[in-house]
Amino acid sequence: MNENQNQVTKQTHAAFPWKQVIGLFMSLALTFFALWIAVGLSLPVPVTITIIVGLAIVQAFIQLFMFMHVTEGTEPVHQLIGILFGIYVAFVVVAGTLWILAYAL
Amino acid sequence: MTHSLLSLNEKDRSKMPLEYSTEEGDLRIVGFWIFLAAELVLFGTLFGTYLVLQSHTAGGPTAKDLFEIGPVMAETIVLLVSSFTCGLSTIELRRHNKKGLIGWLIVTILLGLVFVGLEVNEFYTYAVHEGAPLSRSAFLSGFFVLLGTHGCHVSLGIVWIIGILLQLARRGITPVTARKAFMVGLYWHFLDVVWIFIFTAVYLTGLVI
Repeated sequence: MNENQNQVTKQTHAAFPWKQVIGLFMSLALTFFALWIAVGLSLPVPVTITIIVGLAIVQAFIQLFMFMHVTEGTEPVHQLIGILFGIYVAFVVVAGTLWILAYAL
Repeated sequence: MTHSLLSLNEKDRSKMPLEYSTEEGDLRIVGFWIFLAAELVLFGTLFGTYLVLQSHTAGGPTAKDLFEIGPVMAETIVLLVSSFTCGLSTIELRRHNKKGLIGWLIVTILLGLVFVGLEVNEFYTYAVHEGAPLSRSAFLSGFFVLLGTHGCHVSLGIVWIIGILLQLARRGITPVTARKAFMVGLYWHFLDVVWIFIFTAVYLTGLVI
């Protein structure tokens, strides 16, 4: 079977999954940091929201690069363009909606 | 000239992890990324709707009245850790360790079930005890639709992983099951990304404003 041939080249013996562990601790740290900014401090609301949204974006990129292997594959540029376009459209939808309907917020 | 720029020759492909070892598997994974991009836009529309309607409480409970930080942090941590265990399952997949892969996927679905349980409990508390069902106000409609869509995705993910576990148990790790296990991992991490934004834009923002 195909997988048995690959097994020889692919088996790297039980290296510690540093990338995953660091990703987990960074995610947890960012989550609690955002909670502390929002609940523990009493900064002005726009400042608080800017900081916590920034932290969320950092955390999303940690997931994307450390857990989802977005740069892997034979031609990763295709999935990168796809996902970046998705991020762009989602951003335009959210920011555009808030901008157009700002009077109704 | 028959080789397009998209296709690698077999020699290069054999160095890739198993899920990329056939051109079909490779293309399906790229296709799945495009699907995730579309999902991102779906959630974008729901976030936009929620953020506009957040203040439209129609005299009913507000975000600040309803949200409690304890259960929300529990849900967040459970989902974050499940994303981590799902990442470990991908590592075991790369090592061609079927037992490790199945084990970490089982841990992932158990954590997923805990998350869904916590969320159902939260919804039940709001709707039944706090007098805040979906129909109460525009804010609550936006809230339940956004969170419910995410919760349905997690529930679907659990069913999907169970299906893949059955295939892995029967067929072992082959190029096809490797690709499926890798794709369900991408899906699960994606749901964690969406939750990060729910945590920030819905819960933390709700507690601040």
